[in-house]
This record gives sequence, structure tokens and C-alpha cells, in this order.
Amino acid sequence: MGRRLLLPHTRRLMLFLRPMRYSASATATATAGSLRDPLHVCVVGSGPAGFYTAEKMLKGREGVRVDIIDRLPTPFGLVRSGVAPDHPETKIVVNQFSRVAANPRCSFFGNVTLGSDLSLSELRKTYDVVVLAYGAESDRSFGIPGEDLRGIHSAREFVWWYNGHPDMCNLAPDLTNTDSAVVLGQGNVALDVARILLRCTTELASTDIADYALDALRSSTIRKVYLVGRRGPVQAACTAKELREILGNYKMCLKNVNVYIKEADLATSPADKEEMRNSRIKRRVYELLSKAATVHQENNDNDRKELHFVFFRKPTKFLPSEDGSTVGAMELEKTLLKDDGATGKQVAVGTGEFEELKCGIVLKSIGYKSLPIEGLSFDKYRGVVPNLRGRVLSSESETATVEPGLYVVGWLKRGPTGIVATNLHCAEETVDSILEDDRKGLFTDPSGPKRQGRRGLLEILEQKNARYVPFDGWEKIDTKEKADGELKNKPREKITRWNELLEAAREG
Amino acid sequence: IRFLETFEDQFLYRDLGQYKLEKWPNYKIRIKLFSWATLPAQLLGPRSLLPSQAKPNPSSSSADPPKPAPRICCRRCVRLGFAPPVKMLSRISRLGVHALSRARLGQKSVTSRNQEEPIRACMNYVGNRSLCSATEAKVNDRSEQPKAKISVTFVDKDGDETVINVPIGMSMLEAAHENDIELEGACEGSLACSTCHVIVTDVDYYNKLEDPEDEENDMLDLAFGLTETSRLGCQVIASPELDGIRLALPAATRNFAVDGHVPKPH
Repeated sequence: MGRRLLLPHTRRLMLFLRPMRYSASATATATAGSLRDPLHVCVVGSGPAGFYTAEKMLKGREGVRVDIIDRLPTPFGLVRSGVAPDHPETKIVVNQFSRVAANPRCSFFGNVTLGSDLSLSELRKTYDVVVLAYGAESDRSFGIPGEDLRGIHSAREFVWWYNGHPDMCNLAPDLTNTDSAVVLGQGNVALDVARILLRCTTELASTDIADYALDALRSSTIRKVYLVGRRGPVQAACTAKELREILGNYKMCLKNVNVYIKEADLATSPADKEEMRNSRIKRRVYELLSKAATVHQENNDNDRKELHFVFFRKPTKFLPSEDGSTVGAMELEKTLLKDDGATGKQVAVGTGEFEELKCGIVLKSIGYKSLPIEGLSFDKYRGVVPNLRGRVLSSESETATVEPGLYVVGWLKRGPTGIVATNLHCAEETVDSILEDDRKGLFTDPSGPKRQGRRGLLEILEQKNARYVPFDGWEKIDTKEKADGELKNKPREKITRWNELLEAAREG
Repeated sequence: IRFLETFEDQFLYRDLGQYKLEKWPNYKIRIKLFSWATLPAQLLGPRSLLPSQAKPNPSSSSADPPKPAPRICCRRCVRLGFAPPVKMLSRISRLGVHALSRARLGQKSVTSRNQEEPIRACMNYVGNRSLCSATEAKVNDRSEQPKAKISVTFVDKDGDETVINVPIGMSMLEAAHENDIELEGACEGSLACSTCHVIVTDVDYYNKLEDPEDEENDMLDLAFGLTETSRLGCQVIASPELDGIRLALPAATRNFAVDGHVPKPH
């Protein structure tokens, strides 16, 4: 009795009449996958660029085996460590990325660093295709005196700090020595940083912000934040959604903050009007800022914090405070906009008038920069790898040749701009280049040694004694973080130290 | 056997109440009948023989026996004579369908108390497992409701057209996912990205849609290949006046960008 539900001859009939396949695409890949030669692809970097590339490679050709490696034990790059804690909807994309990683033809190798555990040449010998998607982990700098004073951090470090990135858990910015913070730059990262500094900590307590950051913000004495940009409101790099969150009065916006914008800064020149005519985003940003400037600010109770938008000022030096090692003030030079004939954009030019701004902490949000690695051509000025539609070139000169089997995607290819979705189209372009080269037969070299792919990688890692973290190691970390978060009414309680992360990935 | 262990046991043992079971006579014939009953369902696939019915009320699912149920859900209903006036074969087929779904569920202990469970719940489970798609399609919400559908044409970036039927009330993003159309939905419809950007090819249909809210406009600002008639797929909800609408997916070659180069902020 028991499990037997069908007569033997009915079961035999079923062999010929298979149940319908769950989806047509699954059939196509299942039956055709074995027919083509395997193509071994390694993606360096597991942020949106890396995962979108992996997804499109898996869809684009049968027989692809993709290995995604990342320096951290946790995947997803800036989606985990860059998106602000009060923007959980942006992080929903990790569900899609997890589905890609769950594909049997895709593997994740965390805690593997290109440069120390592996060299680029070893990777290129092991894989048919290597795609670099490791983004930008460094910052642009001003190069002005006083930049090395204590209390001056890059926004990238600050964002990594409150998002629990294991490299920045010991940053310990001092938020108690002053009531004024200055953020240099007016892009979305600058707005994020300002918003986290000004947001009520009870609202932050139910997000996935790192625990030590929440404690520091609870005891923070910062009441005024200055967002300083060297050009005007029309050139501000932020977007409408983030501005609305700071200026608006709906449920999830910033509360108890007075926003100050000088009317004089809102004057537009014909060149400004031209820029706004060409760009929908700039038009909406300007409208939001002009509306905010006219709103009468409520009385300055002790409860209300202040956010000042400072336009047409560029920093010239950082001045120390009394103790000599921490920043105490900064000198700003007024600027004017001039048309730069070459690019057609308007650039800020100093006028020689200076003013001083007292502050105790400075966050520089003027742009990220990629890091070069050995054996890779690099354009130091733009901070990207020279490439042609994703194919890496041997140098940035005009006579450069294409490096076979080496591709680049994401911020490393375009520069550190764009949103998560921009990487979707960037990945499509690079994958189109890879598939085109594959069709031309550039990856099949009968004379050379057969590339090992995943097996070769595992051999190298074993030789170097590197303990890699597979995707189910990340899932163990994920489960633990979510369980810890449940106890504190947070979506997750991030594990922020290297040793704890590796331990959580191994146990369970 | 004190409890009916498997579904087939319902056909082989008679429940006398008080945890007593008596073997039905002619049980060998019953086994054969049972096995052949599942065959139509196997041939035609899951949910194919499901009777079309109105959405059952939760209150009426625990109806007492005197109320004539329009469907059979169990052998007890058959025994008490509440089977609908249908042909024998179709009834057996429905039993087979029920058996198949129970088999798929892997249920082993079917106590006599469970007899009132509607087929729908089982069918939904089967339907769920059969329709794997990129996102978890919530099939139970759209089970046997005979909803009106509109026809929507998706034009992908290579110009290939796919015509699908979308039930009223479903968003275009969900419809695309259910029909395996390559429309990305990174934030799964929470207005936090621009990956479900679609272009409404006819201005008339575009004007029939409600104006986008501020949040949608904010996301559209950042969309790749923005045009005058662009919308987010997760915000376009199927309604009767949109029947025949054509939605194009943005492509790098499609140079419609009216606003010129779209700047890419962080």
C-alpha cells in the first residue's frame, strides 16, 4: 500500500508521456546545454555589474560556466555597503541576484582577492573569459592643505562605516566634538550622508544600520549640516527623489529639519536655462530647490536641526582647531560659472573672495575612483580601464590593441556614475561584445592548453591555502544576521568584523 | 489501519466512524479504477480538468451536508449522493485530478476530517509548482476567477512581438514575468528603480493612462532610453480601455531620447 499510487503499467505509460516542463527556457537550456563546449567565465566583483553580467551570460549562451569572485565574504557589493539603510526598496534587487547565484552553472567564491590570492595572469590562464567588475574602492581628493587632518573623511568611508563594511568598522568618526558638519559635494551620496546625520535615531533604529553607527549617531551633537557645492543649483548632481526626501513633508521624509537655500543662488543664466531645457532631471531638481527656498522656516527650536545648501563655494584649505590635529574650520572661495569651450559645460572659476566656515567634521563626497591592479592597463586621469565597448585595451593611446579574453563592466568601465539599473545596460553591452567574440571563435584555441575553469580556480586556491566562502556560506551569514535582527526589530543586524563573518560562514 | 493513510485508502476502506475502517468489497477493481482515473489528468496536465466555478466563500467551504455543493470534493460527498449530475468519466477524471494533486503534495495521512478541503487549494499548489517563472508568480490570487482579459503586445528590442492576455487589474510587469517576457523588475514593483521602463508606442493609449505620480516621474528621470510616452511597467495596470496596447522595451539603438543625453547621477 503506502506510496504506491499507480499500477505498474500506468507508470510505464508515464515514461512516454512526461509531465509538462515547468518553463520553456528551462527545457531549452537543459537539452541544449550539453551540446556546446563549455565556456568558462570568471567575473571579478559581485556587485550589480558582476551579477547582471553573470545573468546575461547564462541567458546568452548555452554551456556557460560562470564563477563570481569577491574580496569580501558577502556578495552584492554596494547594494549591501553603499545603499543607505533608510532605502530598503533599492536592496530588493538582491533577490534577483540570489536567483542567479542559485543557478547550478554559476558559483560564488567570497573572500578571494585579486592581487593577493590570485593574479590576473593566473585568472586569464584558468578561464576563457575574465570580466572585471570590481568597481571603485578609492576616492578623488582635492589636493589642498590640511586634507590629512583628523575629522576629514571621504563619504565612501563614512557610508561603509554606517553600513557595516568590515574594512571600516573601526573608523570611529567623532560626532561629539562639534555641532557643524560639512559635506563637500551635492550628489546623491552627499545627500545620503547628510540625511543619515540628521535623521532621527528612532527612525534609524528599525533599519539595517550598523549597531555601532547607531550608537554614535545617538550621542552625536551635530545640529547643522552644510552641503557645499562649487557650482549652482542647476548643476547639482543629485536627483529629484533624494531631494524630495530631504525637503518634503510626507511620511518617510526627513523631519524636524529646517532647510536653508539662499534666493540669490537661484538666479539662472541663459546657459543654465539651456542646460535645464536639455535635461529633465535638472529641471525637476531646480524646481524643488526653488520651492524649498521660498518656504518660510519655522522657529528655531532646540529640537530642529538645520541643513544649509551652500552654492558657488570651493574649498581652498582646511584649518586645524585648537588642539592642532583635528579640523576646526575650512576656507572657501567664491566661484563664478564660466563656459568651458572644450566640453560645453560650465565650470567653476575662483573669484578671489574668501570666507571661513567653522566645522568639526568634513565629509568629502566628490567622487569615487577605481584602483589599478598589476598587469592591467589603467587610465589614471579618468580612473577607468581603457576599453572599447567592454573589451579591455592595452593602453589609452590611439594605437592600443584589444586584450583577448579580458573585459570590463560597471564603474570600472564607465567611471563611478549611474544607479543600479545603469549597470544593466552596461552589462548588456559587455556581454554582447563577449558573445560576438565567441561567435568569431576567439576563445577556442586548439593549440593552447584547455582551460580548466572552476577546477583550475579551486586548485589555485588550495595551493595558496585560501579559505573561500561559497554562496551557501553567505546564506548562513544572511540567516544569522536576519535572526539577530529579529530580536532588535531590525530587518538584519549586520555582522561587521572579518573574523565574525568568516566564522558565521563556516558554522551552521 | 485506523486512519486512511493514503488517498487511495479512501477508495479501499470504508470509514465507519469511531476510528473503525472496513475494507470495501471489490477493492482490486477499485485500485484499477483509481489508477486509470488519474490518466486523463496526467495526459492533459495539471489543473486542466478543473471545473470552472465561482470563487468559493470561506464560509461555504465548511457547509453542512444538506446544502447542495456544486462539486464533489471527496468520496463522502459521493456516498451521500451530492455528486453533481455529470457523466461518470468526468467524475472519475476529477477524482483522478484530486488524486494527482494529493500525490504531488505527498500527503500521506488523509483523515476523514479533511474531506471538506476544496480541490482549489490543492490545485493552486500544483499550479504554483508548475508555473515556475523568474519571480514567484502568485498564482493562488488568480485561480479560477473568470476575469476579463485584455490583449497586450510587447515589442522587444529586436522588434519581435509577443501578444499576451493580461487579466484586468494585473500590472504589466507581473504579466510580462508570467509570460517569460524579458522585462526586468529589480525592485519588484516598489518604485525604487527604472528597470521595468516600457514605451507606449501609441500616443492615444498613453493619454488613456493616468498621469504618473511624482515618485514614478522621479524614477523615469533615470530610465535608459526615455521617451515622451515612457512609463514604468509596474505602474501600468490593465484595464478594459487599454485593450490592444503595444508596449516597446527600450533599446540602445532606439534613439528616441527627446531630452537629449540623460545624465547619470549616483
